[in-house]
Amino acid sequence: MAITASGPAAADTVAVVTATEGRPARRPSGAGLRRRFPGRLTPYLFLAAAVGLLLLLTYWPAANLFYYSFTDWDGLDQTKNLVGFDNYVQVFTDPRIFSVFGVSLYYFAASFVQMGLALYFATILSFSTRFQNLFRGILFFPYLINGVAIGFVFLYLFQPGGTLDTVLSWFGVTDPPQWLGDPDIANWSLAGTSVWRYMGMNFVLFLGAIQSLPGELYEAAELDGASRWQQFWAIVVPGIRRVIGLSFILAIAGSLSVFEIPFIMTGGANGTSTFVIQTIQTAFNFRQVGLASAMAVVLLIIVLLVTWLQRRLFPDEKVDLT
Amino acid sequence: MAKKASAGIALLALAGLALSGCSARGADAADNTIDGEVKGDLKVITWRTDLVEDGTFDDYVAEFEKLYPDVKVSVEGITDYEGEMKTRLSSTNYGDVIGIPTMQPSQFEQFLEPLGEKSDFEDTYRFLNTHSYEGTQYGLAVGGNANGVLYNTRVFEEAGVTELPTTEAEFLDALQAIKDETDAIPLYTNYKEGWPLTQAFSNLGSVTNDPDAGIHMAKDPAPWTKGTDVYAIDSLLYDAVAAGLTEEDPLTTNWEQSKVDIATGKIGAMTLGSWAISQMQAAAEENGASADDIGYMAFPAEADGTQYAVIGGDYNLGISKHSKSKAAAWAWIQWFLQDSGFTQDQGMISTVAAEELPANLAGFDEAGVELMETNPAPAGEESLLSDVSNDSQIDLWGPIYRQKLVDIARGAADGDKESYFAELNERWGASVEKLAQ
Repeated sequence: MAITASGPAAADTVAVVTATEGRPARRPSGAGLRRRFPGRLTPYLFLAAAVGLLLLLTYWPAANLFYYSFTDWDGLDQTKNLVGFDNYVQVFTDPRIFSVFGVSLYYFAASFVQMGLALYFATILSFSTRFQNLFRGILFFPYLINGVAIGFVFLYLFQPGGTLDTVLSWFGVTDPPQWLGDPDIANWSLAGTSVWRYMGMNFVLFLGAIQSLPGELYEAAELDGASRWQQFWAIVVPGIRRVIGLSFILAIAGSLSVFEIPFIMTGGANGTSTFVIQTIQTAFNFRQVGLASAMAVVLLIIVLLVTWLQRRLFPDEKVDLT
Repeated sequence: MAKKASAGIALLALAGLALSGCSARGADAADNTIDGEVKGDLKVITWRTDLVEDGTFDDYVAEFEKLYPDVKVSVEGITDYEGEMKTRLSSTNYGDVIGIPTMQPSQFEQFLEPLGEKSDFEDTYRFLNTHSYEGTQYGLAVGGNANGVLYNTRVFEEAGVTELPTTEAEFLDALQAIKDETDAIPLYTNYKEGWPLTQAFSNLGSVTNDPDAGIHMAKDPAPWTKGTDVYAIDSLLYDAVAAGLTEEDPLTTNWEQSKVDIATGKIGAMTLGSWAISQMQAAAEENGASADDIGYMAFPAEADGTQYAVIGGDYNLGISKHSKSKAAAWAWIQWFLQDSGFTQDQGMISTVAAEELPANLAGFDEAGVELMETNPAPAGEESLLSDVSNDSQIDLWGPIYRQKLVDIARGAADGDKESYFAELNERWGASVEKLAQ
């Protein structure tokens, strides 16, 4: 690759030099064509490195994934037998595989809490507030910590007699439940952790959108005697509708493919297994890489489908605030 | 542009081919057999990162190179050994001497150099069954372990348990006594960690003194029925959890902490292989207790009045099919098993049949426990048990179905022992019908 790239780059330098000398090239037309051809190529050559890496590291593995999903590969054997759509048939007929999507509902419900909180904080902190930047930093910070660390921190928080139980005992709660041990509560605990982690991201999205609204609108509204609450409903919400829509799509896709928090905190035990955890178990615990690949492909299709459906049901409306 | 791009991709592919071609060259040379001249570079890949870090492997290498001056040994330790090794096996570059990761016996020849006829090794070595295929041996165990229950002798004494339990009922009584008389957790499952839950399964065979228990299970349409090994093993776990004799919140267990806790008497017992003894003893010494507090007993079951303990090989050492110094690799394996002193240091059963049992299994002799090895599956059925396990998604060697068992036992999931065992039987039976003709 290095050799193919250096040739046209050198030709390009020459072209620049001649141009700066102020002598417009007057050459036989054949030579001019040859010159211009590599020149036109330059942007593509700059793209080539990035696209090449993308192809190598994203699209090539994805293509492999599709291929594996039609085989009975166990992840090790040197021969892979093609089995047609058997794996897909199993994904859709085995009730054990699809039942785990129920767990996603907890995270989906939690994502509304997450968006509500984010909108609340974003609105408050977009008006001038004391220590505004400090609070913005604090709210965004959890999103920067990696998921594994968060998993461990919350594991200690939820332990019997752990931080959460201690804090609750100050308020007179003497008999707290087992936050992860009780199957009725475990998924809520995990979804709560997820809210804590991703709220910062929604918050920054909302904050950015709110701040891009022109300030005169608020002034005009204030002159007309609108209260803060009316300003929020009439200016902020319609103004950032697109970002809310985007967050909604991310929330659906995210709750379908929850992984790291339950994987680290419970390993998918106690009824907290999600579709992705189950895919991993199928591939590496049950050595059915073919079936697991089919599950991954199905998840991809479901996410695409939901996104498409959502775009059809709630199309992007141009918002005119003036 | 399209032409250029495809040319670039072709170039990349060529480069890749050239690279992989390089590394494979020499592996098939005529003089490169395990009986050839012992020389060359040798790469040993190990799962014991602790021994690489504390310098134990440096001593092994120094001693080996003194014996074979023409060999230059380098050691590489991998933390996530199983996972990483499985990925590396798809290349040709996975060292010379490796610990063989889990694979089907029929797949040995794809990755490993044959070591010789199994029958030629039978007089010298133990634990040959798991890594031979159609009479050919592909790996030799680095050492072996006995299976049973690890316990804290001080806790048992405090609870007034003077005789070691030999049946499930006696075992549960002993655990109950620990719960009533001491502050210790009677039995620790290590549910969250997962893999410690799977250790009890290695006792398969010792309950009914049936070295073919695994072979029978692979064809049994309903193995979770009273009287089988797996029923006894899973029942013990279920009954202990259901009676409240295990840790209160299993979702927050911690393996490293559990070592300290059993060493200092906060835990009564854990079902682990004998490999764990030396680790627990070390934890005891570090935390101000005595190594003598750690005891080991056979699985609480007896067949015709005798207790049995299954012994089996740990990781097996094998030689990469793509190794360029096969003779040196074979010399390393033989020296490691016979002269390195590895098994004595680790308190493991030596693979060399003539060696005696390690001191930490002395309790077995006193209690009259008989040791047994399980039989290899007959030709054509080598992978049947794991195939049925994978197909039914009942992970015999994994924690998933046992975690569910614990959940049901502690009332965190619907059902009871009968209903769950019936469900397991149904799933297992369906796969047996599909796979075992």
